Amino acid sequence: MSSNHKGLNFTLKVWRQKNAQAKGEFKEYPVSNVSPDSSFLEMLDIMNEDLLHKGEDPVYFDHDCREGICGMCSLFINGRPHGPGEEITVCQLHMREFNSQDGGTITIEPWRAAAFPVIKDLVVDRGAFDRIQQAGGYVSINTGGVPDANAIPISKEVADKAMDAATCIGCGACVAACKNASAMLFVSAKVSQFSLLPQGQAEKKRRVLAMVDQMDTEGFGACTNTGACEAECPKGISLENIARMNRDYLAASLSQEH
Amino acid sequence: MSLDSKIPEGALADKWTNHKFNLKLVNPANKRKYDIIVVGTGLAGASAAASFGELGYNVKAFCYQDSARRAHSIAAQGGINAAKNYKNDGDSVFRLFYDTIKGGDYRSREANVYRLAEVSNAIIDQCVAQGVPFARDYGGLLDNRSFGGAQVSRTFYAKGQTGQQLLLGAYSALSRQIKSGKVKLYTRNEMLDLVLVDGKARGIITRNLITGKIERHSAHSVVLGTGGYGNVFFLSTNAMGCNGTAIWRAYKKGAQFGNPCFTQIHPTCIPVHGTQQSKLTLMSESLRNDGRVWVPKTVETAQKLQKGQIKPTDIAEEDRDYYLERIYPSFGNLVPRDVASRNAKNMCDAGKGVNETGLAVFLDFKTAIARDGEDAIRAKYGNLFQMYEKITDDNPYKTPMMIYPAIHYTMGGLWVDYNLMTTIPGLYAIGECNFSDHGGNRLGASALMQGLADGYFVIPYTIGDYLAKTPYDKVPTSHPAFDEAEQVVTGRINTLLNSKGDKTPDEYHKELGLIMWEYCGMARNAEGLTKAKGMIQKLRKEFWEGVKLIGVNEEMNMTLEKALRVADFLELGELMVDDAFARTESCGGHFREESQTEEGEALRKDDEFAFVSSWEYQGEGKPAKLNKEELVFENVKLTQRSYK
Repeated sequence: MSSNHKGLNFTLKVWRQKNAQAKGEFKEYPVSNVSPDSSFLEMLDIMNEDLLHKGEDPVYFDHDCREGICGMCSLFINGRPHGPGEEITVCQLHMREFNSQDGGTITIEPWRAAAFPVIKDLVVDRGAFDRIQQAGGYVSINTGGVPDANAIPISKEVADKAMDAATCIGCGACVAACKNASAMLFVSAKVSQFSLLPQGQAEKKRRVLAMVDQMDTEGFGACTNTGACEAECPKGISLENIARMNRDYLAASLSQEH
Repeated sequence: MSLDSKIPEGALADKWTNHKFNLKLVNPANKRKYDIIVVGTGLAGASAAASFGELGYNVKAFCYQDSARRAHSIAAQGGINAAKNYKNDGDSVFRLFYDTIKGGDYRSREANVYRLAEVSNAIIDQCVAQGVPFARDYGGLLDNRSFGGAQVSRTFYAKGQTGQQLLLGAYSALSRQIKSGKVKLYTRNEMLDLVLVDGKARGIITRNLITGKIERHSAHSVVLGTGGYGNVFFLSTNAMGCNGTAIWRAYKKGAQFGNPCFTQIHPTCIPVHGTQQSKLTLMSESLRNDGRVWVPKTVETAQKLQKGQIKPTDIAEEDRDYYLERIYPSFGNLVPRDVASRNAKNMCDAGKGVNETGLAVFLDFKTAIARDGEDAIRAKYGNLFQMYEKITDDNPYKTPMMIYPAIHYTMGGLWVDYNLMTTIPGLYAIGECNFSDHGGNRLGASALMQGLADGYFVIPYTIGDYLAKTPYDKVPTSHPAFDEAEQVVTGRINTLLNSKGDKTPDEYHKELGLIMWEYCGMARNAEGLTKAKGMIQKLRKEFWEGVKLIGVNEEMNMTLEKALRVADFLELGELMVDDAFARTESCGGHFREESQTEEGEALRKDDEFAFVSSWEYQGEGKPAKLNKEELVFENVKLTQRSYK
C-alpha cells in the first residue's frame, strides 16, 4: 500500500440521464487529487462530494458491497464493462490502473441494452435477470423434510463445475459486453448449476425451456458465440455453460415429457 | 417493562422439541388469511420469506437493493458450522452449543444457542437439497474444514464464497415463491417507520427509492431481517447501504435494544490506505491457519518500515516479534478474534505498526510456503491472495500481507424472546439484527448459521403461534396510525430537504465514525466514553442544523437516502456509548480498559454483569432506561477464557 504517490487528476466524461424517459447526454467533470490507492468508486465518491458542495446533483451509480461479490456495480468504462483488467468488478478497479493516463479523460457509461432500461444516469434496471430466475431457476423443494446432506453423493468434479457456474454474480457485464445484448452467459450459468447436480434433474427440461423463454420475452438479443461475454465476465464464467444449455434446450424441446 | 424470555421448561435438549409441540398451529386453509411483512432479503429475510410463502401465508418482502440476491450476506467468505460430526472427530450438538456459549464469553442465552446448534444440521440438509454446491471430497461426500480456531472440523464451505452460495440458495427458494404469487417482492424500497395499532406491529411505511413515493403496507405481523448496524463506524466491512434505520425506528416505537455495544472487530482486514477510503475489506479468517503474525521487535525498525526506508523482507528472523505465538503459546496465531484484534492494536499503540500509517501488522506466509510449497498455499488461499494483490498492489507470495482489525459484525440488536419476538407484539427480529445468539463475541462461521436457522427453522414455527391468536381482520392503510407514522416520515424528509447547511451527509457520517472508532472501538474507558457522548450529541445538533441536501423527495435522491440513515446512526451511536459505559467489565468484543487482568487480558465480572442489557426508549431527549435480563447458566460452567 503504497507509497508516497502524488494525487492524480482526471477529466470524467459521464453519461447523465435524468430518468428513463429523458434524453441522456455526456457531461464532463474534473476530479483532482485522487489517491492511486482509491478504488474507481471512491474516485466517483470524491467527484460527487464536489458536485454536492457546488449544489449540483451527484452522478447516480449502483454499488453496495465494494468487495466484488454483490454484483451491483455496473459501469462501462472506456468501452469495457467494469473497465480495464481481467476478472474484475468496478469496485475492485483502482485508480493506479489509470496512472499512465494522468490528466486524461475517462468515459463512463451505463450498461446499454434494451432489456436493461436506464433508471437514472448510470443506474439501470436489471429486474429482467430476476424474472428469468423466477421462471425456473430453482429446485422445487420446501423447507424441511429433506434427506441427510450426505445421502446424495456428488463427485468432486461435478460439484466443482456446478460451483464454477454458480459463481455468477448477476452483474450483467455479459449483456453489456455483447454486441447483441444477449443474456446467454448469465442464463446458462444458472441453468448449468442445476442441470449438473442430481438435485436439479427432476425439473431439468421444464427449467431450461422456461428460463430461455423468459430470456427471449425480456428482449435480450441472440447469441452468436463471439465470446465477448466470457472475456469480460468478472467471475470467469465459461462459454461451456452456453454449450451445455443449448444441448439441454434442444433435448428438452425434442422431448415429449417436460 | 419486564422482560420475559419465554425460555421453555425442561431439559436443554428437549426445550425446542417440546416448545414446537406447544406452539399453536394455524390451520392450512386459514394461512392465506394472514399477511406477513419481511424487511430485508439476506440469509435471514430471504429464507424466512420463502418459508412463509411455502406455508401459505401472504408475504410482502422489502429490500433497498435492486435485487434480493445482493444482500450483504453474499459477502461472507469462510463457511457455515453444523454439528454433523461427518469427520468423526467428536463433534456433537452439545459441543457446538458449548463452544458458541464459551466463545461468546457467556453473554448469550443457553436455550437459544442450544437450539441454534440443534437446527444447524437441518440447514446443511436443506441447502444441499436446494442445490447449493458445497465443497465435496473425492468420495462424493461433503467436505469440512476447521475454522476460526475450532478444535473440530465442522465448517461446510463453498470455496471462499459460502455466503454467496447460501444466499443464492435462499434467493432461489424466494424466487420460486415470487413466481407462485405467495411472495411479492419490493426492491429499491426502504422501511422508514413501523406502524403500531393497539400496541401491536401492524405495518410499515416505506420510501420507494426510485420515485420517492411514501407507501403504506399493512400486515398481521412484521419481521425484520435487516442485518447489522456496523456502518455506524462509517468504515466497516459492511456493504455501503447497510444501515440501522429499520431497527432504530422500531426501537423508538418500543422495541428494546439488546447489548448495543457488542461489536465484533475482525482481525484480518486490509488496512486503511488513506482519507479517501469508503470501505474496508475483510480477508477470510482461514488465512490465520497458515499465516504467522508479526511486527518488528523495535520501534526504530518499525519507523524505517513506515517511512519506506526498508522492506519487510529486509528484517532478519531474530528481529521479528511473532507476538501471538509468544504471548499465547498454545493457540498462537489461532487465538479468537477479539484477542487477535486487541493485540494488533497494542502493537500499533506501542509504535510497532508496519504500514505508512503505523496501523497494520504482518500476516506472513513465508514459513508455510517453505514448508508446503507455493502451489499448496495457492490451492488453499489463491483467491484471497489475488484479491489482496488487486487492492494493495502487493504480492503476498513474495512479501508479507498487512492486516489490521476492522468493524465487522454487530452482536447487539433488537431484544427478542425465545420466539424471536421483540418487546412489541407481532414484531420479530431475525439474523444479525437481533441480539440473541452470539453473546459478546461471535465465533467464525456462525453468522450464516444463525441467519438461516432463524429464517428456515425457527420463525416459520414461532410466528404461527402468534398468528393463531390474532384475528384475521386486516388493518386498512387508511387507519389513523398509518397517517400518523407517514406524517412523521414526511416531516423528517422535509426538514432534511429544507436544511441549508454546507456539510454533506457523508462528512457527518465520517466524523461520527471516527468518534465511535476512537472511543467505542477496540478498547473503551469511562473517560473516553463520556467524551464521545458529548461529541455525538454536538454532532447530531450540527447535523440537523447544517446538513447539505439537494434535490427533492419525488425522484431518486441518494443524498436524502444517506441523510436519513446518518440521522439514525447519530442516535444509535450514542446508545452504543451508553451501553459500553454501563458495562464496566470486559467481555468478548467489549474491552473495558478499567477491567483487565494483571497480564492485560479481558476481565469479565460474572457476579455483576451476567445479564443482557436491554435498553428501552423513554422519549426524545430523555435517557434510555436499562432493563436487565439475567442470564442463567445451568448447563455450562462459567470459566475465564484463557488461550495461554
